[in-house]
Amino acid sequence: MPTFEYAPAPESRAVVDIRNSYGLFVGGEFVDAEGGTAFKTVNPATEEVLAEVAEAGEADVDAAVRAARNAYTRVWSRMSGADRGKYLYRIARIIQERAREFAVLETLDNGKPIRESRDVDVPLVAAHFFYHAGWADKLEYASLGADPRPVGVVGQVIPWNFPLLMLAWKVAPALACGNTVVLKPAETTPLTALLFAEVCQQADLPPGVVNIVTGAGATGQAIVDHPGIDKLAFTGSTAVGKMIARSIAGTRKKATLELGGKAANIVFDDAAIDQAVEGIVDGIFFNQGHVCCAGSRILVQESIAEELDHRLKRRLGTLRVGDPLDKNTDVGAINSRTQLERIEEMVKVGEAEGAERWDSGCDLPVDGFWFRPTVFSNVSQSHRIAQEEIFGPVVSVLTFRTPGEAVAKANNTPYGLSAGIWTEKGSRILWMADQLRAGVVWANTFNKFDPTSPFGGYKESGYGREGGRHGLEAYVKTGAGE
Amino acid sequence: MSARVDVRKTYKLYIGGRFPRSESGRSYEVHAAPTGRGRHATPRFLANAAQGSRKDARDAVVAARKAQPGWAGATAYNRGQVLYRVAEVMEGRRAQLASDVRDGEGLTAARADAVVSAAIDRWVWYAGWSDKYAQVLGGLNPVAGPFFDISAPEPTGVVAVLAPQGSSLLGLVSVVAPVIVSGNTCVVLASEDRPLPAIDLAECLATSDVPGGVVNIVTGRTAEVAPWLASHRDVNAIDLTGAADAVDVDWGALEESAAENLKRVLRPGGTGAEAVEPDFEATPDLSRLSAFLETKTVWHPKGR
Repeated sequence: MPTFEYAPAPESRAVVDIRNSYGLFVGGEFVDAEGGTAFKTVNPATEEVLAEVAEAGEADVDAAVRAARNAYTRVWSRMSGADRGKYLYRIARIIQERAREFAVLETLDNGKPIRESRDVDVPLVAAHFFYHAGWADKLEYASLGADPRPVGVVGQVIPWNFPLLMLAWKVAPALACGNTVVLKPAETTPLTALLFAEVCQQADLPPGVVNIVTGAGATGQAIVDHPGIDKLAFTGSTAVGKMIARSIAGTRKKATLELGGKAANIVFDDAAIDQAVEGIVDGIFFNQGHVCCAGSRILVQESIAEELDHRLKRRLGTLRVGDPLDKNTDVGAINSRTQLERIEEMVKVGEAEGAERWDSGCDLPVDGFWFRPTVFSNVSQSHRIAQEEIFGPVVSVLTFRTPGEAVAKANNTPYGLSAGIWTEKGSRILWMADQLRAGVVWANTFNKFDPTSPFGGYKESGYGREGGRHGLEAYVKTGAGE
Repeated sequence: MSARVDVRKTYKLYIGGRFPRSESGRSYEVHAAPTGRGRHATPRFLANAAQGSRKDARDAVVAARKAQPGWAGATAYNRGQVLYRVAEVMEGRRAQLASDVRDGEGLTAARADAVVSAAIDRWVWYAGWSDKYAQVLGGLNPVAGPFFDISAPEPTGVVAVLAPQGSSLLGLVSVVAPVIVSGNTCVVLASEDRPLPAIDLAECLATSDVPGGVVNIVTGRTAEVAPWLASHRDVNAIDLTGAADAVDVDWGALEESAAENLKRVLRPGGTGAEAVEPDFEATPDLSRLSAFLETKTVWHPKGR
């Protein structure tokens, strides 16, 4: 199929002003890390070093927790809900005002296409703060239980796939409910969180309400283990989620865990096939497949498997992979060399296990971390590529004959985060939605998110919900007693 | 005329709707709680209860798993009626329930009778929630786009329950009813020293319309059996309420095992490492019910 040549249409990076080095954001100010160590964050599309970022050790985490506790006790927990809400409204507005800056910076640090950071991530971030701002003085109407009160100091550890959006999912409900936070962004994507710290300063958010400590796993562990933390919120891998659950066992720390997934995107023979193909593409190639709820398994009804295969591959041939700052780019850079190696390893495993590999064959830039959109067919349920999360632009195709078989295969995973259904038959959608053991079910659509819509998993995809009235539950305590 | 020699009951396990002995062949002596003047005397023997084993617990999980889809698939109205029927049967068995509560907990006859009344009323209260909690806890999400988007609660699956050690009937009912009303099935470890009311309850369940396997009751040593349930890969959630005052039970260790497959954990009451049995006389809220629910959100586009 012919494709039109597009002239490069790069978004200007002049809008961002990246400093050479960043400290930690503790008590409302940027401070140096106690140990003085730092790490580099790179643009995964070019391997250019963007900045040096302080690495927080135990002492730094302790200082951040103390700042958060002070702010909690003296200011934030005493403030009226209406006033807390006004600060959150301010933050939402500042993010809207500086939206382009956030989008470009996110794309530089993360590698995702500017089209996504500009049109999905950053607008959703602003929406999350705006939505939760309104809850701050209405918690007693939220059916959370009698006398909803904040939990205290919340430790939040977020991943690199949606750096600013995951920050918003964590910080907005925590603050709305009267908690203060110590947040650790992922080590490969700290920059938008550090820019968010400036937003807090511009909003005159009381010092210590939001504290941001940068670092890798050890920093996260220090937050998890700190006795001054009352609640943890984590988004990331199931393996780390289990470690956190073990670490806090026997304590009174609460936790919400939003972990991995291996979602089935189920296509019936009566589906609107072109819409289904678009949905599949959006399901697995959105954000380079770095999405915990990605539709990484296609379950297609046998009678249309060949046709779907044909149409899917034709569509993938038109995807533009390359410069994330180019406004025409569909698929950007893999976030890090480590993740690229993980994807390459899983693809080798898939081939070794006998699945048939296809990729779009598109040109890739020389520098940076890249992976072509890849489809595996002849995949069986026991294959590792059908069981394990790859977290990249790789999809496995399996077939089924009956709705019952589709359900059995879709549920045959320890995960349970999301699922997709494509059919024009309404009663089948509702029956399937009932049967699927997944926290989010998209029917004739995929990868839709909204601040009002609870998101979270069944089984080993974690527990707790983020977004909507449900998302508030994790950030309040109710009923009698302390 | 000589007194009639009464026919005593054999207290067995309740698994998959049947009353087996422990596969281990073991039993343990259950004694009355010492009261009043008898406080220093030799404890009065009540019965030999089955001493459940690891394998009994695993059989119970299998039975609970098998029963779960059917129970969750029943209509909410049907589940409500079935559970209400249990209360009717309990009312008919008041005498036995009251007698076992009185002996086990060392209560006066009047007090034991009040506990049985409270337990029956508590069961009715939860039964009535079956077709109501979904509207209270779920609903339409007003998303910013042309989508129908709805969130509804679903049962989490198979739940292991450590029943309270002290409150052997009211406490038991207060932890079991909120688990099953939403369509979960459960494996209950009865109070170790006061297991008899749990088996009385099992007989009420067996003679009402609750399908076999929805509630499975294992009597025995909590410290022996609980770790197998906490680490079981086919158990979705665990209620550690009964870790309070249980001999040699470390609830933190159980929670740690439960992390292996990310079970939902309801911690025991209390602060810090200390576990305290809640006051089951207090009016409950929805927290025990919602602890064993998952929220499912379904999206669909709107269009002409």
